[in-house]
Amino acid sequence: MKIQEADAKGLLLAQGLPVPDWSVAHSPAEARAAAESILAGGAERVVIKAQVLVGGRGKAGGVKLAGTADEAEAVAGSILGMTIKGITVRKVLVAAAADIVKEYYLSAVLDRAARRILLMGSAEGGVEIEQVAVDHPEAIITIHADPLLGLQDWQARDLAFRMGLGGHLKAAVGVARGLVRTMLANDADLVEINPLAIVRETTTDGTIERLVCLDAKVTLDDSALPRHPGLEALRDPDEEDPADARAREAGISFIRLDGTIGCMVNGAGLAMTTMDLVKRAGGEPANFLDIGGGAKADKVATAMALILEDPKVSAILVNIFGGITRGDEVARGLIEARARQTRSVPMVVRIVGTNAAEAADLLRAAKFETATSLDDAAAKAVAASRSMGTSTGAGR
Amino acid sequence: MSILIGRDTRLVVQGITGREGEFHARAMQAYGTSIVAGMTPGKGGQTALDGTVPVFDTMQAAVRETGANTSCIFVPAGGAPDAILEAVAAGIDTIFCITEGIPALDMVPVVEVVRLTGARLIGPNCPGATSPGQAKVGIIPASVHREGNVGVVSRSGTLTYEAVQAMTDAGIGQSTCVGIGGDPVIGTTFLDVLKLFAADPDTRALVLIGEIGGAAEEEAAAWAAEHLRDIPKAAFIAGRTAPEGKRMGHAGAIISGGSGTAASKVAALEAAGFRVAGSPTELPALLREAGYRG
Repeated sequence: MKIQEADAKGLLLAQGLPVPDWSVAHSPAEARAAAESILAGGAERVVIKAQVLVGGRGKAGGVKLAGTADEAEAVAGSILGMTIKGITVRKVLVAAAADIVKEYYLSAVLDRAARRILLMGSAEGGVEIEQVAVDHPEAIITIHADPLLGLQDWQARDLAFRMGLGGHLKAAVGVARGLVRTMLANDADLVEINPLAIVRETTTDGTIERLVCLDAKVTLDDSALPRHPGLEALRDPDEEDPADARAREAGISFIRLDGTIGCMVNGAGLAMTTMDLVKRAGGEPANFLDIGGGAKADKVATAMALILEDPKVSAILVNIFGGITRGDEVARGLIEARARQTRSVPMVVRIVGTNAAEAADLLRAAKFETATSLDDAAAKAVAASRSMGTSTGAGR
Repeated sequence: MSILIGRDTRLVVQGITGREGEFHARAMQAYGTSIVAGMTPGKGGQTALDGTVPVFDTMQAAVRETGANTSCIFVPAGGAPDAILEAVAAGIDTIFCITEGIPALDMVPVVEVVRLTGARLIGPNCPGATSPGQAKVGIIPASVHREGNVGVVSRSGTLTYEAVQAMTDAGIGQSTCVGIGGDPVIGTTFLDVLKLFAADPDTRALVLIGEIGGAAEEEAAAWAAEHLRDIPKAAFIAGRTAPEGKRMGHAGAIISGGSGTAASKVAALEAAGFRVAGSPTELPALLREAGYRG
């Protein structure tokens, strides 16, 4: 699960990382009030940042500076309500604009291949790290935290020196360790600070330079959310398709696509394969849908409802290879779902594996169209979709 | 011969008294797998599977009393990492963890402990393995198999069943089929399994079933190009038409170094001498084209 910058900063702050103060505003008036308070505190300008879960906010015009409260209100008014990559901006973050001396990049990520937490740092911060990886791969410094003992101080120091942060060694070590702590405390897959920056700040003692986290991106492990009820609350219902929310609550993996053939499959690999074969047969899949292992009749009914909600769907392909999932349970779910469905769409059902014979009996009695092989099922579904008089996207 | 499991497998089922544990233990036993013990804390002294299998409170007791050498875990996600570590501590050699939904970071120290002790973990979130005619551990339906000489390794569950069924229907049997699991952090990789197959005299051809994401298929292909040149090889990669993944942020994309797409995997496998199928049903014909006679 992705969370917004402001929430990610909250998680970093809770682990003692240096994150400059911020406010979240839902309206231009709230942004104005936040800006007034920040400017009264001595800041010369404020930065106003769209809070959306997609990258490229800056390029899309979702990050702007303001020098007065009036300007902040106007800028917030222009950002709130704008659409960035299909997402409407409903919140902005307001903070003092930093006087940046130098920007860095630092992240902690689960490295699947190494089966360890990987820290990646670069002195080329504030830009897209993928681009740095392509242009100057040598500019990215990597260290794996010990899988049993965690990130050691010497590792964090090594990382800091190689990033050119020797002048801020203690702070850099603190940030590196803090990233790993944030990851472990919240079961995050990724904790990314870009930019991590040395900023100039004016205090009563004069001007100082310190290392701070100016942006934050955190991705959480969905499998671990049940043990972090507080984090589940950070899910933004405004940014989630209601269908996605229902799928998630039912334990179904669901991704809506642009085609016309609805797919219901058990297992992610087989679901992708089913989509591939629909395409190969000349059709376009309307969705990826994995009902998971051991699905019962009610889950099948929910999956069917999700597929049918999409008006583009003109045929449905059900492909179940029973292992943990029992074919007869799925067949019962399909029969129940068809009795309740509001829209008549041709359906091709293939159920093999555990309890397939019982499933076949049930489907035959209920007069479902069935298929034996996967290729055959895909071809039948594409043909059924065409006979409904809609373009399946073949030849496009 | 076979890999990972065979006639000398003495299986203990962790979580045998649970709904899934019991259902699949029964199927494993019916296949002929020697289930010597079950383990559920607090149910020691009872029996499972109609009185045929003694249940123990601890893995130490199960191993001591029955000489179990392999375990299969059906414990819920919250307790599964602990179940793996208990199996390791009791001296189990080969551990299959079927459980899905284990938080990925929980597995980081667990796979390291497994590695340091020299045990082998398959999974988590895997369907297990079958050596047809000898033993079946996990949840792969028995009906898909046929005895033979093709080694099968896959990241998926049900897609594996599909591919193996297609082979069986075409008269091509398997030495061992292994599902390594689809979780981010798993104990045994494609490469590990290819190395085992390379050392198995009864495995005379290979089928690899991969998915988009990560670079494990590419890594395995590179090794196979060098060490498995002379045996027939076929592969299937799921997700050729899948849209760009939503899975990881920037840092994840960098780790995989630009690989991870279906095109990259297909290219790596073809370069290593694998015939890559457009549908799982084409695998038998491709094996024959590659020279497999079995």
